[in-house]
Amino acid sequence: MTIEIAIILIPFIMAALIPLFYRRLQRKFIGWIVLVIPVSLFLILTTYIPRIANGEAFSHTYEWIPSFNINFTTYIDGLSLIFSLLITGVGSLVILYSIFYLSMKESLHHFYCYLLLFMGAMLGVVFSDNLMVLYAFWELTSVSSFLLIAFWHHRKASRAGARKSMTITVSGGLSMLLGFLMLYTMTGTFSIREILENVDKISEQALFIPALVLILLGAFTKSAQFPFHIWLPDAMEAPTPVSAYLHSATMVKAGIYLVARFTPVFGGEMIWFWAVTGVGLITLFWGSFNAVRQYDLKAILAYSTVSQLGLIMSLLGLGSVAVHLGYSTSSVIYTQATFAALFHLINHSTFKGALFMMVGIVDHEIGTRDIRRLGGLMSILPFTFTIALIGCFSMAGLPPFNGFLSKEMFFAATVKITKLDIYSIESIGILIPVIAWVASVLTFIYCVIIVSKTFLGKIKPDISEKNPHEAPVGMLISPFVLIGLVIIIFFFPNILGEYILRPAMASVYPTFPLAEMTPHIHPWHGFKPELFMTIGVILIGILLYRYKKYWMKIYRIFPQQWTLNAIYEKVITSSENMSESITKRYMTGNLMHYFVYIYVSFVVIVAGTFLVLEAFTWDPSSDAPVENYELLLVFVAIFASFALLFAKSRITAVLLNGVVGYAVAFFFVIFRAPDLALTQLVVESVTTALYLICFKYLAELKPEPSSRKTKLSNGLISILVGSTVTLIGLAVVNYEKFNSISSYFEDSYNLAGGKNIVNTILGDFRAFDTMLEVVVLFIAGLGVYTLIKLKASKKGDADT
Amino acid sequence: MKINDVILRTVVRGVVFIILTLGVYLFFSGHNAPGGGFIGGLVLGSGIVLLYITYDLETVHKRMPFDFKKVAGFGVLLATGSAIGAIFFDAPFLSQTDVYYTFPVLGEKHLTTVTIFEAGVALTVIGTLVTIILSISEDE
Repeated sequence: MTIEIAIILIPFIMAALIPLFYRRLQRKFIGWIVLVIPVSLFLILTTYIPRIANGEAFSHTYEWIPSFNINFTTYIDGLSLIFSLLITGVGSLVILYSIFYLSMKESLHHFYCYLLLFMGAMLGVVFSDNLMVLYAFWELTSVSSFLLIAFWHHRKASRAGARKSMTITVSGGLSMLLGFLMLYTMTGTFSIREILENVDKISEQALFIPALVLILLGAFTKSAQFPFHIWLPDAMEAPTPVSAYLHSATMVKAGIYLVARFTPVFGGEMIWFWAVTGVGLITLFWGSFNAVRQYDLKAILAYSTVSQLGLIMSLLGLGSVAVHLGYSTSSVIYTQATFAALFHLINHSTFKGALFMMVGIVDHEIGTRDIRRLGGLMSILPFTFTIALIGCFSMAGLPPFNGFLSKEMFFAATVKITKLDIYSIESIGILIPVIAWVASVLTFIYCVIIVSKTFLGKIKPDISEKNPHEAPVGMLISPFVLIGLVIIIFFFPNILGEYILRPAMASVYPTFPLAEMTPHIHPWHGFKPELFMTIGVILIGILLYRYKKYWMKIYRIFPQQWTLNAIYEKVITSSENMSESITKRYMTGNLMHYFVYIYVSFVVIVAGTFLVLEAFTWDPSSDAPVENYELLLVFVAIFASFALLFAKSRITAVLLNGVVGYAVAFFFVIFRAPDLALTQLVVESVTTALYLICFKYLAELKPEPSSRKTKLSNGLISILVGSTVTLIGLAVVNYEKFNSISSYFEDSYNLAGGKNIVNTILGDFRAFDTMLEVVVLFIAGLGVYTLIKLKASKKGDADT
Repeated sequence: MKINDVILRTVVRGVVFIILTLGVYLFFSGHNAPGGGFIGGLVLGSGIVLLYITYDLETVHKRMPFDFKKVAGFGVLLATGSAIGAIFFDAPFLSQTDVYYTFPVLGEKHLTTVTIFEAGVALTVIGTLVTIILSISEDE
């Protein structure tokens, strides 16, 4: 086992261990023990930085299901390293923060178990080279996110939010799976690196564009891109550390990862450029537009995250132009957009993580997140105010914070792209910088709202009554580390660029020379368009904020019933109603109906197979002669079955049923199958006993009040079932469509070490069947037990 | 209504031992002669059910203080565990092996891992059978 595989597995192992040992621990230690994992993983991963910066990549393959081309291949290159550092780094800070954030009374073991599950799954996503393994981990992140959003599952909103995020991200994941399968059909491999080697061959194929669209759907749903972003604000019902970790720093960036990873495959297509850039820009605008009108601090941050994800996404779209153009000294400039995307990815995790933790502190200490009830907290929470101020300024793109650098690079990239004359950019390309600029103005406004409404102004009386105080030091450490990074990255951006971003560029543009793709990041680069855009953002932003009440009316233009959320609700409820009505139509609760379904499908499938394959063969010439006593047994069985139809009481019916069973057992004796005979006898006895025990619960046997038509159709079905079974019995002797496997059984002593064929079949040749049958039997037994006991306890409740 | 079941009790007292012995015999004779985990478990289970029918629950439970749900669960674990166990010896899932071993007193015996698997099957059958019958008959 190599270190790479161990890195993925350790969180899972720990998640499995927590339920075992948490009872023996004092509750406050759980978090500290869990904290060891991400910190040590982070430290291990940092040792990769210099080696990966040298252009190395680490790969290890563990053969998992080689017959299906599914191997557990880990691959660490620059791109996955960025994400893994974020996952473990932010993960460490979030766990440290949640130790102080979560009350000791919460079910901490669940929380940390899910969190570790998520961490392992997310590391799996970024380290997997095999698409199927990547997909499995991808869905696992959705599942763990579902569990974490619904962590306070007694709240209705939490459950609804969890369900919504699950529905949207998993359906996106399924379409992505479809895209992966199409890639597999085209290339014959699930390995991303091998697909990359075959890019030229697949881009002409018919499935190429469908695969592109389906994979993008997966990325867009996961990264909350318009119009799938609606799950992210609802996911804010999760505890704040979870929001900071999953729903801003890591999981929602899985889609970004996927887009970056597949840029070398699909990046040369026009549809990729416009889909990624366009959806990204719309999301950027729509997120910031909606963030301005929110009152809940967390909702503002949620929409702001949506918007920032859109920003990163659009940058990746802009950067994909370089793949189309191919390497030349003039095209290399467009790779800077991707560089900015990766840079902003890291910056966003730092300032947004800090902001979420800030909101967590406000919520924790003040008891509300509603900006209409907050105000003037600057004097009460001075440290938290510092966090909010720096985080918001960075998000708004102001110096001297890291957001300024990446925002300027974003503006530069949008302006630069308008100079191109491919993809019909010359006609509508001017919209790109315009939308980017408008959205940035809105971003500036909600950043000001967060700071001013929460921390400036007068303290509301109901808050000052409670006499709140600053958060404990433990809760402040994590946001301050992030805020520290916000400033450090501003002053030393090129260290980050050199060691972490540049190797990742090699993963996105494998054919480009690495040395030319690393722009030197300057805070000051002369009077260029991006500088004027930033100045414009600040000036117009301040103006619009001052006169906010005059233009807030535009939010009322949109009709309520046509919001995306309303449409989503409509779709969900109508599909629920539809499936309910369909289910009710056939799940009647009448046992007779179910028998009809079972027997009709049996006849259709088996008799149909006989007909279609023309498989029925009957050759009585080699059969043994029929003896008289055998005829007698047959007669007994037939007579008992007929009599059963006319039995007036249950006892008679059961006994007659027993007669049929014992007659069959006699046949087994005659044909020298003692095992079967013995089993049949015991089973028959036990069933009869069981029937007799059950009788006292059953009502008197009454003639069925069914119509003539039902009786006829039931009679027909039973005759068909009987004939089908008889046909199978007759045909089975001479059946030649498949090779007989009985030669294995005849050699049972050598193959399975037993002389009794029946036993070797049960315990060896078909042991898999036996094992699963045992499990089914057990489940059935438990089912009977719970049904009866549950009913009994309900009755007990009613009595008391 | 209290029925006079002296005959039943007397007969069962003797017969149950025969049934249970037969069950054990069938379990061990499997693989080379008729018998095996499933049928052995069925016979043992029906013997136990017979005891429960003849005597009341408390009396039997005092002598056989098992929770049959747990017996069934243990059986499932044993069967699946013996199947998974093969993986750790670098053999495919569900592989079985056997060996001839000479014991000091008993002489040469045929030992197989399939016996563990079959024991799991038998325990599940006993546990489920008794659980179902008991829970139905206990339900008032």
